[in-house]
Amino acid sequence: MAASEAGIAMMAGGVELSGDAAERFKALALPHLDDVYTLARYLMRSASDADDAVQECYLRAFRHFGTFRGGPIKPWLFAILRNACHAAYAGNARLVFTADEESEAKPVWREDGDTPEQVMLRRQDSEAMRRLIGELPAEFREVIVLREINDLSYRDIATVIEAPIGTVMSRLARARGLLREAWIAAEGGGRSP
Amino acid sequence: MNCEEASVLMHALIDGELDAGHAREVEAHIAGCPDCTARLREFNELRQAMTPTSLRYTAPASLRTRIEGKLPAPRSVPSRRAVLGGFAAGAGATAIAASGLLLLMMRGDEQRRILDEVVSAHLRSLQAQHLIDVASSDQHTVKPWFNGRLDAAPPVADLTAQGFTLLGGRLDYIDAKPVAAIVYRRRAHIINLFCAPAPGSGHRGATMESLHGFNVRRWSENGLNLWAVSDIEADELQDFGEKFEAALKQ
Repeated sequence: MAASEAGIAMMAGGVELSGDAAERFKALALPHLDDVYTLARYLMRSASDADDAVQECYLRAFRHFGTFRGGPIKPWLFAILRNACHAAYAGNARLVFTADEESEAKPVWREDGDTPEQVMLRRQDSEAMRRLIGELPAEFREVIVLREINDLSYRDIATVIEAPIGTVMSRLARARGLLREAWIAAEGGGRSP
Repeated sequence: MNCEEASVLMHALIDGELDAGHAREVEAHIAGCPDCTARLREFNELRQAMTPTSLRYTAPASLRTRIEGKLPAPRSVPSRRAVLGGFAAGAGATAIAASGLLLLMMRGDEQRRILDEVVSAHLRSLQAQHLIDVASSDQHTVKPWFNGRLDAAPPVADLTAQGFTLLGGRLDYIDAKPVAAIVYRRRAHIINLFCAPAPGSGHRGATMESLHGFNVRRWSENGLNLWAVSDIEADELQDFGEKFEAALKQ
């Protein structure tokens, strides 16, 4: 039966990925588009570079879908995205971040009794935090985004950045230390509780 | 343990990555060390300032379209249902056994995908300044708003007295079909209740699942599939679902 053959070919790492595989790939991988895009926005210089990297990531992931061995697909996608980002910036040692003007992805409801002013303040807070994260050196920025924003376990982060778990832990400690200093500096020492 | 070790290990502690034995060691050191106590408090404050939803981005729709356009289109035959149909029609015990297995695998897959979509829709609603289309705490305002927007108006219950404030409703999409999202608030937490018409489906008891730190309570009633999604604790969400079901029976 054609369908089961296609399934077997896929499981065996088949070379030819059919329309069926494309459907399966879409069902598994596309729900994570926002997560992949978020990581790309933190790793890349501009929103349009992030777009290109995400597209490249999905096309690469699809081409290599036969090598995906099951389990959670997100770390696998992140690893591919990271490689795509590095390839895009090959020759530039450091991936930098520039916050752009578009305002998006803001939470509307947080607490009881939000006034528009409070919403605005919070928006500025999250803008500031995005910028602080964006200003971290790339190797620290990526672990912060993977851990704090995408909630990956150390093991999954280790898979993505291709490093031992011990490295993940020490890098995250260093990253939080740097971010904490930057945060305190940005708040002028007068941080509200 | 010294401060240098503790300063690294406390992060694994914060992240819940230590086994019980090591966690106790680190906690014991921190408890006896004012410097490490202060440091841990600062890191916890920092993490509180980093609410993940506000730091996320949403992929532009054009990007999604572009990616989908570059992936091969499905052939005409193999929709999953068609594949299963083929199996079911095929004679022989082996084929039937195989189809059962396949059905099981695919259902898991399908449900997982829908679960993913439900959680994604919940996240989007928190990010995109598009939590509610119709803002009202009055169920008699929210329910009729869906008339003409959906084939069937969703059930809306006022649960304010039970601690779940009705905020309003919104049109959303799950599995590429329009669904009603009824929005409630519990303290500072948002609950999205997605209602999708499922003609012919009878009563199906509630199941709790969890994905990306969100709890999802799923059940079916009167030709509707319902998913309640929130970051509140599982037992609170369970409570919400039970109160909602009870309110509809009255």
